[in-house]
Amino acid sequence: MLDDFFIRALIAGIGISLVTGPLGCFVVWRRLSFFAGTLAHSALLGVTMALFFEINIAFSVFIISAVLAILLLQLQKKTKLPNDALLGLLAHASLAVGLVVIGFLTSIRFDVMALLFGDILAVNQNDLFVIWLGGGLILIILKLIWKPLFASTVNYELSEAEGMKPDKFNAIFTILTAALIAISIKIVGLLLITGMLIIPAATARNVSNNPKQMVIFSVIFGLISVLVGLFTSLKINSASGPSIITATLLLFIISLIKFKKVSDLKK
Amino acid sequence: MENKNKKILLKVENASFYLNNKALIKEVSLEIKQGEIVTLIGPNGSGKSTTAKIALGVYKKIEGRVRRFTERIGYVPQKISVDWTLPIRVIDFMSLTEDLKNDQINVALNLTGVEHLKNKSLSNLSGGEFQRVLIARAIAKKPELLVLDEPVQGVDFKGEIALYELIKKISEKLNCGILLISHDLHVVMSATDFVICLNGHVCCSGKPHTVVKDEKYKELFGDRASNILSLYEHDHDHSHSADGSIDQKK
Repeated sequence: MLDDFFIRALIAGIGISLVTGPLGCFVVWRRLSFFAGTLAHSALLGVTMALFFEINIAFSVFIISAVLAILLLQLQKKTKLPNDALLGLLAHASLAVGLVVIGFLTSIRFDVMALLFGDILAVNQNDLFVIWLGGGLILIILKLIWKPLFASTVNYELSEAEGMKPDKFNAIFTILTAALIAISIKIVGLLLITGMLIIPAATARNVSNNPKQMVIFSVIFGLISVLVGLFTSLKINSASGPSIITATLLLFIISLIKFKKVSDLKK
Repeated sequence: MENKNKKILLKVENASFYLNNKALIKEVSLEIKQGEIVTLIGPNGSGKSTTAKIALGVYKKIEGRVRRFTERIGYVPQKISVDWTLPIRVIDFMSLTEDLKNDQINVALNLTGVEHLKNKSLSNLSGGEFQRVLIARAIAKKPELLVLDEPVQGVDFKGEIALYELIKKISEKLNCGILLISHDLHVVMSATDFVICLNGHVCCSGKPHTVVKDEKYKELFGDRASNILSLYEHDHDHSHSADGSIDQKK
C-alpha cells in the first residue's frame, strides 16, 4: 500500500498539473516565461515572511508576488531599462533578500532545499485544501476570461479596438499566475515551478494545431509528468520537484521526435 | 449622400497625439455616419494609422475628444503577426472577439474568397490570403463601424478590385460606417463618400471631386494625382462589367 504522505503528494500534484496546463499555455503564448520565473523567485521572500509573521505560506507568497508584479509595472513606466533586465533585477534581488532574511530565522527549523526543489513529505491536509480550492478558483476564472484574454494574446490592438478591454484581463492573468505559484511551491519548489508551466505547454505545441488542443495536451503531459516524477521520487528517494521536471523533459524530447516525423510527412 | 437622419457612429474632435514630445497628429477631426465611407489618405508617416487607432481608443492619452456611439466595431489593423508558439487556425481566429456560428464564418470567408483556408493554420497563409482572412473576420461579426487600415495590401490586382467592391457592398448591405485607409487613390476617389487628406494635420477634406482640385492635395500628391478621378471613372466603367462578380474562383 502507498503511504499517506505519498497519496497526499499525488493528489496535490494532480491538482497542480490541472492548473499549470492551461496557464502555462498562456505563459508560453504571451512570452511570459521569464516573468513567471521572476514571480517564482520572489516566493522565497514570501515564505520567509510567512514564517516570520506566522501566517499561511500560500497566502504570503501570493501577496509578495502580487506586490512584485505591481513594482514591475511601475519600473516599466519609470525607467528605460529593457524588460528582461528589470525582471532579472527583481528576480534576484527578491531571492537575495529572501535568503538574507532566512539567516535571521535560525530559531525556526527550516529546510531551504525543500523550498527550492519541492518536498513531497511536506504536503499536509491543509496544503491539499489550498491547492484544490485555489486551483479550482484559478481554473474557473481562467475559463470565464478565456475569450478576452485569448483575443489580447493574439493581438492587443485588435482586442482593444473591438472592446475586449485587454489591460483589465492581462492584469487578472498576472494575478492568476501569482496565485498558481503560491499554491504549487511546496510540491515543485520555487526554482522549478516555471519549468512545470513551460515544458508541458512547449511539448503540447509540438503535437497540436489549435489552442484548445494545446491546452488539453499540456494538461495531459503535466499529469503524466507528475505521476512519473512522484513515483520516481518515492522509489529512488530523489527530490520531488526535479523528478517531475525531468519527466516533463523526457516527454518534450519524445514529442520532438514525433514532431519531426509529422513535419517530414508534410514535405 | 448627405443624410441628416443617419446615426453618427464616431466623432473625433481636435485630436492631437504626442509620442516622446513629438506630435504624430495635430488637431484632427472627423465624423462617420451609418452607410458612409470616409477615407484617410496621405504620405507615409502622415498619421493615418495613428488617427485610426485614436478613433478606436487604442491610443488613449490624447488631447481632444473621441466619442464612439457603437460597440459593434470591426478592425483590420495594418500589421498583425501571430507567433509560431500559438497554434491557431483560420476558424479559431474568425471568432476571436465574438462567438460566431459556423454559417456566419463560412459566408464571410466565402465573400473574401478564402473559404478553402478555413482549417489552415494562420502562420501558413500568404500575405494576401491573410489580408482576406482579416477582412472576413472583421465583417463576419456584422459591425456597425468598420475600420480598415490598408486592407488590401499584398492582395493580387484582380483581388484588390474585388475586395474594394466588396467593401462598398458591405457598407450598403450592413449600413455600417467605414473608416478606410488606403494608398490607392483610384479606388479611394471612386468608392468614397468623404476624403480626408492627412499630413500630420488635416490638409484638406471633402468629397472626392472637390478634394482632387484642392491646391494642397496637388502639393502633396503631385499634379498627376488630380487627373485620377477622370482616369478612374473610365477604368471603373470598363472593369466593372467584367468584374461584377466578387467570386474569386470564377
